[in-house]
Amino acid sequence: MKADPKGVLTGSHYLDGDYAIAEGGLAAGCRFFAGYPITPSTETAERFSERIPFVGGVFIQMEDELASITALIGAAWGGKKAMTVTSGPGFSLMMENIGLACMMETPLVIANVQRGGPSTGLPTLTGQQDMMQAKWGSHGDYEIIALSPDSPQECFDLTIEAFNLSETYRVPVFLMTDECVGHMHEKVIIPPAEEIEVVERKWYEGPKDKYLPYKLDKDGIPFMVKAGDGYRFHTTGLTHDERGYPVINAECQAKTIPRLSDKIKDNADKIIMIEEDQIDNAEIVVISYGITSRVSIRAVQLARKAGMKIGTLRLKTVWPFPEKRIKQLAKKIKAFVVPEINYGQVVLEVERNAGGKAATYHVPHMGGWVHDPYDILNVIKEAAK
Amino acid sequence: MKNEDRREDRNPMEGFLRMDRIPHIWCPGCGIGTVVTSFADALKKSKIDLDDVAVVSGIGCTGRVAGYVKLDSFHSTHGRAIPFATGLKLANPDLNVVVFSGDGDIFGIGGNHFIHAARRNMDLTVICVNNFNYAMTGGQVAATTPLGANASTSPYGNFEFSFSLPYLAEAAGATYVARWTALHLRRVTKSIQEAMAKPGFSLIEVITPCVTLYARRNRLGDGLNLLKYYYDKSVIEHGADTRTIDISYQGKLVCGKFVDKEKPTFLDAMNEHMIKILGDKYVKYGE
Repeated sequence: MKADPKGVLTGSHYLDGDYAIAEGGLAAGCRFFAGYPITPSTETAERFSERIPFVGGVFIQMEDELASITALIGAAWGGKKAMTVTSGPGFSLMMENIGLACMMETPLVIANVQRGGPSTGLPTLTGQQDMMQAKWGSHGDYEIIALSPDSPQECFDLTIEAFNLSETYRVPVFLMTDECVGHMHEKVIIPPAEEIEVVERKWYEGPKDKYLPYKLDKDGIPFMVKAGDGYRFHTTGLTHDERGYPVINAECQAKTIPRLSDKIKDNADKIIMIEEDQIDNAEIVVISYGITSRVSIRAVQLARKAGMKIGTLRLKTVWPFPEKRIKQLAKKIKAFVVPEINYGQVVLEVERNAGGKAATYHVPHMGGWVHDPYDILNVIKEAAK
Repeated sequence: MKNEDRREDRNPMEGFLRMDRIPHIWCPGCGIGTVVTSFADALKKSKIDLDDVAVVSGIGCTGRVAGYVKLDSFHSTHGRAIPFATGLKLANPDLNVVVFSGDGDIFGIGGNHFIHAARRNMDLTVICVNNFNYAMTGGQVAATTPLGANASTSPYGNFEFSFSLPYLAEAAGATYVARWTALHLRRVTKSIQEAMAKPGFSLIEVITPCVTLYARRNRLGDGLNLLKYYYDKSVIEHGADTRTIDISYQGKLVCGKFVDKEKPTFLDAMNEHMIKILGDKYVKYGE
């Protein structure tokens, strides 16, 4: 369906990435925002709180991030599209209830404007150090979806996409941006509402007494209802059956839990968005995401100028990881070069999928600033030897 | 006629409970069931449409209530029932949202959420079953364990001061505060009715026997005896100053309705304020 025009600020704007996330949320139909202030993400909350009175919805500043994420889950079950924004320390606090959202199969969107960590780390400076936490941060087995924008425009576009994916798969979706993209001002074009495709929740419409909260539809995703509609349903963070009733045994665990991962894994081809350039004859492929892909461009230009055959692959979707594509490429190319602002995270997935068929080089940066393109170039040169 | 169809064999709470989940997990002599009975009775008497009521629980013995009531019901995480309920209520303001959980859940791990929801006057009814210990995990010391009482992690007696829940609730801004014991069935019922009908943040503390753990370690007797012990120790003082009603080890239990005052709820305050500041441009929420 098309976006509700009330939330869409159609026009050409000069916005930073954080603001663009708020606009993306409003355009996607988000009408509930609960958050706790944390640098460098606060502008998203500020923008949402400024705009929502004219759109119709709720902004609430909660007492902490534990409350923020849990309020989102409550709001989603109350029928709203809900989002929050945070950064490393707040993301850590959200982890337990991200697990609850996965277990209850609750659609919601969390933007993480990453800063350097661990702990308080570099509050005002950039990092990409929460990428593995996004995938593995809560306890137990589950899968989430994580997107990584490289510009304010993409902050807007991918926030809408995050909501759409979250509603389609009933799963929390993370927008893993960073301080640089979050605070970068650029032109953001917000199209007219009728050009914005939004996914409506998968509402159940059958007879009330027949509703089972976790009975699978053909596509493996259960239908949802909201509190107050007379279904008088139950849901829990405990391992549960189709009725949403707790069943504490190995059989139910074996039946329920793999599905939380499989619904994402089985649809990975549909979910994954990657952007490739000059990859066909490449000997080396530079894999990057977020702000680092923009820095990589310079290194790649210099390498190409020097006659090297370099392709690029940008991960707009980081999780689920494009395993198939990396496996294909590994058979054809000499090496992957993976710059990222951390001490080695997404590179591990590249290496695992390359499976020794292509070499994998990491270009670490500990955060606080972006890579020097020459540092990436030097590793490309080494990989080409 | 099958046995279960015979009228006299039917439980009067059937329409209210998920009968397919009974028997429940609570110990014989536990008071949680009687509080649930009072809740059911309150819903029946208030003639409220059950489709409009949602229950949110956290984790623990009382946390299991959400799983037994035949309402829209959510069994959330430890300590987070109140923020979950906050999101639910704000997303669908037509709902009458009840938080049903224990003292450890609401005032131990979730204490911060309690004071902030009270401060905001979030329109929620909090029913807190206080059994003075962490029962689900084996009877550990809690923020409500009276001084000197034994618990599995205070084997030589508790030396930490405890929270007085009504005092905390009033100080934080709750507009309705009452305390009863589980044997005050009719009074608990009436308080729940009043609290649910009242827009604003309400706390009903119900002192409840934990026979298996707290009572055994403190030699307080079993089952009905303990229920009666609490009842006998109680004195009803409506409007008592909440600063004076701390619970001491095996001392008297001051019960009653302590706070019942008017204050705009979070949503009322939001709408009123925004209309005042933004006028017609404001899109009123929740109507």
